[in-house]
Amino acid sequence: MLEKNKLYNIWVYLQAEPLFWLTLTIGAYLVGDYLYKKSKLNPLVNPVAISILLVATILILTGVSYERYFNGAKFIHFMLGPATVALAIPIYKQIELIKKESGSIFISLILGSLFAIFTTYFFAKLMNLDIEIIYSMMPRSVTAPIAMGISDLIGGVPSLTAIITILTGIVGASFGTFALDVLRVKDMTARGFAFGLASHGIGTARAMSRDETAGIFAALALGLSGIATSILIPLLFKLINF
Amino acid sequence: MLKSIFIIFLFQLIGESIQKYFEITIPGPVIGLILLLFTFILLKRSTSIFIKKTKEEISSTSTYITSYLSLLFVPIGVGVVMHLSYLEKNYIEVLGVIFFSTIFTIGFTAVLMEKINIYLKKNARKK
Repeated sequence: MLEKNKLYNIWVYLQAEPLFWLTLTIGAYLVGDYLYKKSKLNPLVNPVAISILLVATILILTGVSYERYFNGAKFIHFMLGPATVALAIPIYKQIELIKKESGSIFISLILGSLFAIFTTYFFAKLMNLDIEIIYSMMPRSVTAPIAMGISDLIGGVPSLTAIITILTGIVGASFGTFALDVLRVKDMTARGFAFGLASHGIGTARAMSRDETAGIFAALALGLSGIATSILIPLLFKLINF
Repeated sequence: MLKSIFIIFLFQLIGESIQKYFEITIPGPVIGLILLLFTFILLKRSTSIFIKKTKEEISSTSTYITSYLSLLFVPIGVGVVMHLSYLEKNYIEVLGVIFFSTIFTIGFTAVLMEKINIYLKKNARKK
């Protein structure tokens, strides 16, 4: 009985400290990454989705709140900012190829971003969703901080946008490859660019794990579409009465 | 390693400051990315050994950080799963819109870009 009490005390101590949640997050990711590699990079075995589900299951089983978990895991979350800055280097390394394809990059960027915004709007209208949810969904293809900023600007709910944006990333990373294989797209720059444009960082991470060129063009699209969308959506709202 | 981490953090810090000062919707890290990219382009022809070494260091640190990009989405992703109830009764509709719009956007963008690249290559050959 004494032993059990001791274990409980250790748990009470550990679950209040970041170390436990950091170890759990990295451990869950290693499991997800192991399964992803074991499946020969099958897109459905998405390492992000697996680690998220593992951690969420443990939180639900132990009754620990998300806020407490995040308080520990926020050190990993913090690295998203520096990692975004660091994407400058793979882009720099391919700057010649990017210059060569600058025409197709620009056209695909504008038309692809508009396509994402309008299909989201029309499908959501078709589903009879509330206008507040529709506004929250419209910027969903760009990276979460940009999407949340735009959502706030046009009358959406930023926290809802965050959820929808992350789901978009997971859907793109998990099913995008099938779409591109069905359409027989072989151009690695186009494949990568589409991933980054439609499913931001999570799609970019998937593209990077498959092919270097695709990863770089995904990172490029991630940055460019973020900028394009934050200009396009407010502009569209001035022109069209959604 | 430490020097390159300092520089990456510094560029994010400058990016965040610019974002706050001008109140723009583009997040600080993306501004930091653009600034770092332009700095590298500007220093492309620099012959200084110090700059060359620093660039190499930043380059290897960046490769290391970006190879774990997926991991960095886990904490916020867990929040998504824990807060799915925000979607209320609209789960299926919202997921449906996300699914079809995302897949179509990936397909549309990739096919469009591939077609333009093929077209531009043909034109370049004609000249």
